[in-house]
Amino acid sequence: MDYFLELFVGGLTLGSIYALIALGYTMVYGIIELINFAHGEIYMIGAFTALILSSVLAMAGMSGPAVLVLASVVAVLYSACYGFTVEKIAYKPLRRAPRLSPLISAIGMSIFLQNYVMLAQTSDFLPFPSLLPDLDFIRDSIPFIGPTELIIVLVTAAIMVLLTLLIKFTRMGKAMRATAQDRNMAMLVGVNVNRVISQTFIIGSALAAVGGVLIASHIGRINFYIGFIAGIKAFTAAVLGGIGSIPGAVLGALVLGWTESFATGYVSSDYEDVFAFALLVVILIFRPAGLLGRATTQKV
Amino acid sequence: MKKFAFARSFHILLPALFIAFASTGTALAADTIKLGIAGAHSGDLASYGLPSVKAAELVVKDINARGGILGKKVELLIEDDACKPEMATNTATKLVSRKADIVMGHICSGATKAALGIYKDARLIAVSPSATNPELTQSGQYPGFFRTIASDDAQARLEVDFAVGRLKLKKIAVLHDKGDYGKGLAEYAKKFIEADKKAQVVLFEGVTPGAVDYSAIVQKIRQSGAEGVIYGGYHPEASSIVSQMRKKGMKTLFISDDGVKDITFIKVAGRYAEGVYATGPKDTSKNPLAVAANEAHKKAYGSDPGAFFLNAYAATQAILNAIDKAKSTESAKVANALRTHFVDTPLGKIKFDGRGDAIGVGFAMYQVKNGAYVEVK
Repeated sequence: MDYFLELFVGGLTLGSIYALIALGYTMVYGIIELINFAHGEIYMIGAFTALILSSVLAMAGMSGPAVLVLASVVAVLYSACYGFTVEKIAYKPLRRAPRLSPLISAIGMSIFLQNYVMLAQTSDFLPFPSLLPDLDFIRDSIPFIGPTELIIVLVTAAIMVLLTLLIKFTRMGKAMRATAQDRNMAMLVGVNVNRVISQTFIIGSALAAVGGVLIASHIGRINFYIGFIAGIKAFTAAVLGGIGSIPGAVLGALVLGWTESFATGYVSSDYEDVFAFALLVVILIFRPAGLLGRATTQKV
Repeated sequence: MKKFAFARSFHILLPALFIAFASTGTALAADTIKLGIAGAHSGDLASYGLPSVKAAELVVKDINARGGILGKKVELLIEDDACKPEMATNTATKLVSRKADIVMGHICSGATKAALGIYKDARLIAVSPSATNPELTQSGQYPGFFRTIASDDAQARLEVDFAVGRLKLKKIAVLHDKGDYGKGLAEYAKKFIEADKKAQVVLFEGVTPGAVDYSAIVQKIRQSGAEGVIYGGYHPEASSIVSQMRKKGMKTLFISDDGVKDITFIKVAGRYAEGVYATGPKDTSKNPLAVAANEAHKKAYGSDPGAFFLNAYAATQAILNAIDKAKSTESAKVANALRTHFVDTPLGKIKFDGRGDAIGVGFAMYQVKNGAYVEVK
């Protein structure tokens, strides 16, 4: 039973990590039906920003939670700027272009950012300081969950609640929902669609940056390529849950995390990815729109 | 196994070299010790074979200048096999018919295996500087075969001997990264543990390279009750797995290979790297004989030596020393001398074990201590 709980918690952590990134994919897709392949790179840039800043702060003699908070805040702001700029440069000029054009533009942006970080920083793996406080009393009281894991799960849950509130109850959220439903109609009733799209990118990128900081300090190493692998998994999670749906992205990410964890634990880690993607295929066969996705009828 | 560009220019000069040796050969033919040098001297892999020719030339020049051995000069018979098994049988036949006393070669494992059949029938000893296929010595089919390089499975052997013999582990988890290198090593390690019957493989699995998180496999290691992990693969995954194990408070020992014996591993894993074991090539850079051999090469040929140069240098020295000690070129006596007498070479003090692998060549075990790899004595 302990073993089961440990695997459950491992899957939950992994799922939370995927969820933070998957939210960005699904929000952007919900609004402009674009798969933002550069999203994984924003996550990576968030982690790098936090690394650089925490090194500087450590040199300045700061330590502990202050570094974590400061590094996270700067990483979030910086990544949000990146998200905003990427949208303005790579996607906005293609708003009226055929759907494949922004997709290719997104892939290009992803490759550009990866190589830019590789050249500007390094291609080697870098150690990432464990910014998360090592709360030892948690390990003693709840043996099957590590302190960093607990923090990741709690932060993700809190962000999810905040995001839902934001979309349900604020003017911005209402404008987002309107744009998602029908962009032209939203424009007609006075929603500034371009601003809504920018806001979506900023929020998505900020979430990815939070993910970047949390995961990097959990795993303890980063390089320019981490965004690609995490991005693919998060994208899979978003599709699994129904791309465009926010609760769907979270559910999809958790299902993916648990599948990988249990497949490794009870079968073999050789087949971790085989199980994860077999599950994706099976779910898409029976629910083509994903777990919580709405089947969209083609407008004629 | 790296190729060196300069070797290409050298192999254009090779025909001239052949003629030079052929002429000295006839002059000294009367009473000499004939040392066959076989390997890839032309073709794509010439850069692996040519350094061995130069090594032999340097050693022999030195020996002949001091009067040769057993009162005779040493003569080289150089034959090319282009690393091709079908050519290697011809090469071997040629060396036998030219009455070679002993052979230094061949270079590639496939070609070596093909040639060994012929040498066995002719009762000729062959010492290879570079053929790493484990079967060549372990199958026991070629008692006249020796080599001055560690076989492909030497790291796995060392890891297992260390884990079972030195650390006295009873339960071992063997993991790999599913790649050719890592998986190959892990499979050898598993085979050795099972063959020794002193310990038990409680977990054998591949992990996904580059994955976001390894907590599930780490749980599985804990669940399996393993006292130690033998990991075949490279440092990025190893540092993740080690860090996660230590964060979960697991003290399980971690033993890995030269893919992990890298300074980046220590930098990335930080304090979690402490105590990790990894095998790596023995350090020969400080050996004065190696320094001298490299210098001699630079002086004679005006360039840095290529691949397997030191191994070939050691092989030639070992052969000539064995003939000297055996006071004969008779195969059985020389083989016995190769197995019993240590000789000082650029690779260190070596002799050969019963199967023909050099003792004292190859890999050593290192452990991370205070942020650096230190050899475990």
